[in-house]
Formats: sequence, structure tokens, C-alpha cells
Amino acid sequence: MDFSYTPEQIEIKDLAMKFAKNEMMPKAQEFDSKAEMPFQILEKAWSLGLVNTCIPTEFGGNGFSAIDSMIITEALAYGCMGMNTAIMANDLALLPIVLGGSLEQKKKFLTPFTEKYKIAAFCLTEPSNGSDAGGIKTSIKEDGDDVIINGNKMWITNAGYADLFVLYGTTDSSLKHKAITAVVIEKGTAGIEIGKKEDKMGHRCSDTRAVTFNNVRVSKSNIIGGLNKGWGIAMKTLDHSRPMVAASAVGGAQCALDHAIKYAKERVQFNVPISQHQAIQFMIADMAMKTEASRLLVHKAAWLLDNQLSNTQLASYAKAFAADSCMQIATDAVQVFGGYGYSKEYPVEKIMRDAKLIQLYEGTSQIQRLVIAKEIFTR
Amino acid sequence: MNIYVCVKQVPDTETKIIPNADGTFIETGSIKWIMNPYDEFAVEQALLVQAANAGSTVTVLRVGSVKDTEALRTAMAMGADDAFLVEAADNLDSYSIAKALKGAISKSGKNPDLILTGKQAIDDDCLQVPQILATMLDIPSVSVVVEYSGSTTDIVVKREIEGGALEVYGVKLPAMIACNKGINTPRYASLPGIMKAKKKPLVVLSLAEVSVVESDRRVKYSHFQLPPEKPSGKKFDATDSAKMGGVVKEVVGLLRTEAKVI
Repeated sequence: MDFSYTPEQIEIKDLAMKFAKNEMMPKAQEFDSKAEMPFQILEKAWSLGLVNTCIPTEFGGNGFSAIDSMIITEALAYGCMGMNTAIMANDLALLPIVLGGSLEQKKKFLTPFTEKYKIAAFCLTEPSNGSDAGGIKTSIKEDGDDVIINGNKMWITNAGYADLFVLYGTTDSSLKHKAITAVVIEKGTAGIEIGKKEDKMGHRCSDTRAVTFNNVRVSKSNIIGGLNKGWGIAMKTLDHSRPMVAASAVGGAQCALDHAIKYAKERVQFNVPISQHQAIQFMIADMAMKTEASRLLVHKAAWLLDNQLSNTQLASYAKAFAADSCMQIATDAVQVFGGYGYSKEYPVEKIMRDAKLIQLYEGTSQIQRLVIAKEIFTR
Repeated sequence: MNIYVCVKQVPDTETKIIPNADGTFIETGSIKWIMNPYDEFAVEQALLVQAANAGSTVTVLRVGSVKDTEALRTAMAMGADDAFLVEAADNLDSYSIAKALKGAISKSGKNPDLILTGKQAIDDDCLQVPQILATMLDIPSVSVVVEYSGSTTDIVVKREIEGGALEVYGVKLPAMIACNKGINTPRYASLPGIMKAKKKPLVVLSLAEVSVVESDRRVKYSHFQLPPEKPSGKKFDATDSAKMGGVVKEVVGLLRTEAKVI
């Protein structure tokens, strides 16, 4: 049992935090209000190795452990949760290839992401299927050496600029989970229609769109793990991605907490800084406690992964607890700031808007509880 | 070219500095150490000179405690080739540090063509190690340098002087150049760089190995204490014109007797 970071992890954290504070934070408000992808910042993050942390060394990646990835994600989300979503969405899309792809697929699809800044999009959710992912309707039909894809995907992060789409569809929607199939679709393939950019509450600089696939034909060699093997890959992906999303919640929470502490020391009411009022102290104490508890859950979920142990339950603990805590902490940070907190002139209102999404994507907080209960009662 | 960079590890600028229990130094237990920001400019300049002169090497040197090696690791993660650390207490004086650095250069087995460092360390602000080391090595030195150009034998540097003007120096190498903010923009140590730095050589030397002895110490710290707390300011009510004369008299009196400025 050891809670300390290795010297390398300290350096990784320092670099990621330095990047978050120097490059992301000063621009977070601007890109949030413009609702534009900050390509220069994303590309710079990529050039420093902060993007695509899931790619193994054999394919040009840095060979990070799951815990390393969590440290990086937390720091980047500290800088801006929206920008981090654009970064994290790459991992989400590439993870199915990392976890379920063949050697040829890994070489073909992962390595280019280490040579140049490229963007990937993960396409699972549909207009009528979110939490009920097993019920997706996008069809994948065999046609000789190819498959033909038809269907609509919704809330697809990075969709407008993606070089690569990793799509989940079904070969027979009546078979539910047993027919889910994951397939890689490269940009420019005929039949991909990108929808208009969604005007969102938070994470406004990340690009979210609907994507329609009209008779999109790709080679069977693009199918990850074989026909009808997609569900298992999706579940494995979630074991990795949920702690990562939870880590981003920790970053957002820590940022809101730090802002609140700083402001509480400066703001004077009744002749003393409000940090001397017990009402504020108790709020800050709760915020600090929940942030650290979230972080520990994230680290344990990642530690289990690094030790090849099952982490499904812990991943859901981390995701639900960290997301719900982040929402609470961001809301309380606004409370500490009072009226100023409600203004866009101060940073905490954005964090509050950004925090909400963490409770929704990658499995809502309610779905996490379903997963946890299922693990408790069926094992 | 054999390029050397002297770096110091200093407390993070956000650290709250307090004297230790017996007042012999500052409390170092909870300090987060970073590379002295001016030294980051020196590391970056060394890497730029290296890139412009094929076959050059960049060696980083540091004198200080072995417990944290942040500054050297960061420099190697940025791209420096190897590092020497002379293990010593953090409260060594400038003369001993310069002598230790000279010893480390000699232990490295190469003759320096260029030595770079920051113009000052942001913790003790002594501003003298570059000049003492240059004197010991009998090479020219220029400090507060904001522009650098030149070949492997001759360089031109510009340094800032009072009033924002620049002095221009032509310098024959080997030389010591102490960098100021503005000379370049230090790169980030990339994650692949951090991973690679793990495999780069870091040689640890003792003070004895670089021939620094206790009698080399020119300055001994006798005591550390916080400055006295600033008393709160006085307010004078001069809104009532009838009482203004009295208020002015009181202020003048206090400036004489209490503040002792007139």
C-alpha cells in the first residue's frame, strides 16, 4: 500500500499542471464564450505527449499506466473541463482499438495519432438510445468483404473534425447485446453526414454533433474484435474510460475549490475575511473532503486496472461519486463567491456549467448506481 | 561545443517561507522545489545553441541536497544530455557553490566552451555565483543577457542596463553568460522527454570530491527570522475643514517622531 506518486509521476503532474495553468486557463473563458475548438492549444498539448495517453509504446505512445493517465486527465480538466473533453474523447475512441483491435489494426489506426495531432470520435449514443446502449439501432450489414452501415448517432464529441470514427452498431437489433459490433470508419468515407454543432450549457469549446451514416461501406478488416463482439469491447472500454472521466471531475472540483479558498481569504464581510466565518469554513471543508475522496476512488479504480484486477464496480464508484461531488463542489464554489460567482467575470460559473455534463456522459450517475447494484447483487 | 548550465533548485514561488525551529535556516520539509526560473532561460539557451551546433553536448550542474532532484530532472527532460549534482546543504554560500561547480566541471572531464546560468536565484537573490565561477575559471562573464547570437568561438550578447537601454558585447568563448527573462521562451519538458530523462546519467559528487572544504565558506548565516509584522496604517479624518489645520499638524508631527521620514 503506497499513496505516494513516483518521481516520474510528480514530473508528469507538474508538466500537466503547468500546461493547464499557463496555456489552458487563460483561454478557457474565451473559447467557452466563442464555443470554438482551441486547436492550437490541443495541438500543443499533443506535442507534449498529453493527448492519446492510452496508446502503448509499441505503436508510438508513451506507455503510461492507468494511474499516469488519471494524473494527466485531472490536471488538464483543472485547466478547462471543456478542452479536456476534446482531449479525452480521443482516448475514448482509441481505447476500443487498444483493447480489442488486432496487431494490424493497432498499427494502422493508432500509430498515425502519435505522428501528427489527429482527432477521433466515439459513436455509441443515438437519438433514442443513451443509457440503454444495448438497444442501439444503427445497422451493420455484411456485404461480401465489406460491411454497410446505416443509422444516426447523437452527441458525438469531436465529430466535426474527426479523422477517425469508432462506431458501435448492430448486426441484428433484436439480439441486443449479442449483436453489437464495433467498427472503425475513416474520415472521407462516402456517406458520412456531419450535423450542426450543438449549442451546449457547458464544455462549449468541445465540438458536439449528430452524425448520420448513410450506406457507409467499409472493409470487414475495420471491424474490431470480430462481428458481434462489440459489447465486450465496449464494457472493457468503460472500465478504462469511466475512471478517466471521474479524474476529470476531480480536476474540475479541485479548480473550483482552489478558486473558492483564494476568494474566501480575500473577500471581507463583517470586517473579517469570509474564510473566518464558520459557515464558509464548513463548506470549504466539505468541498476539500469530497475532492480528495473522489481522487482516491479514481486512483484505486486505476490501480486495479494497472494490476489486471476487475475494476468495474470501483470505476462506477469513482465515476458517480466524483461527478456528483464535482457538481456539488462547483455549486458551492459559486455560493462562496456569492453574486460574483454568478457572473461570467469570475471562473466558477463556467465550472458549474461544465460539471453538470460529467454526471451525464459516459454513463449517467444513475447508470453507475445500476452497475454498482448489479455487481453487488449478482456476484 | 561543450555547453554547461548551472541550475539551482528554489522554493516554488507560491511557497510560504518560514524560519526553521532553531532559526538556522528556512523550514524546508514542506517546500515544493522548482528550477530557478532564470535558470530555465539558461537551459533553453543551451538547447538552442546545441541545436545550432551539431555535435554539442549540454551538461547540467547543481549544488544542493540530493533529496529532491527536480531541477536536474527537468533540465534533462527538456533535452540536456547529462547532469552532475554536488551534494551539499541548501545553505551553502556563493563562494563555496562556485567552487563546487568548478570542481564538477573538472570532474566531467571536458573543457567548457560555454557556461550558461540564470542572472540570479529567486530565493536568496545573491547574484554572484556566475561572476565568482567565471573568475575562478578565468573566463569572461556577462550578466542580465537578453539576446544571444554567434558561432562556436565568438558570440555577441546584449545585456539590459538602467533605463531600458542595451549594452552590446562581443565575447570570445569560453565564457559565462547569465540569462535574463526575455532571452527566449523556455520549452516545456514533454512527457516523452520525462520518460527519456530517466535513462540519462546523473552523477552525484560529494563536496570532498570537488575539493570544497568548510574553510571555503565566506558567508555564514547566523540567524533566520521573519520581518516584523507591519503595523496597521493610521487614518486621519480631514473632511471637516475647520479641523484640517490640526490634522495636518498631527500628521507632520508623526512623520517626524514616529515614521522619522522628515
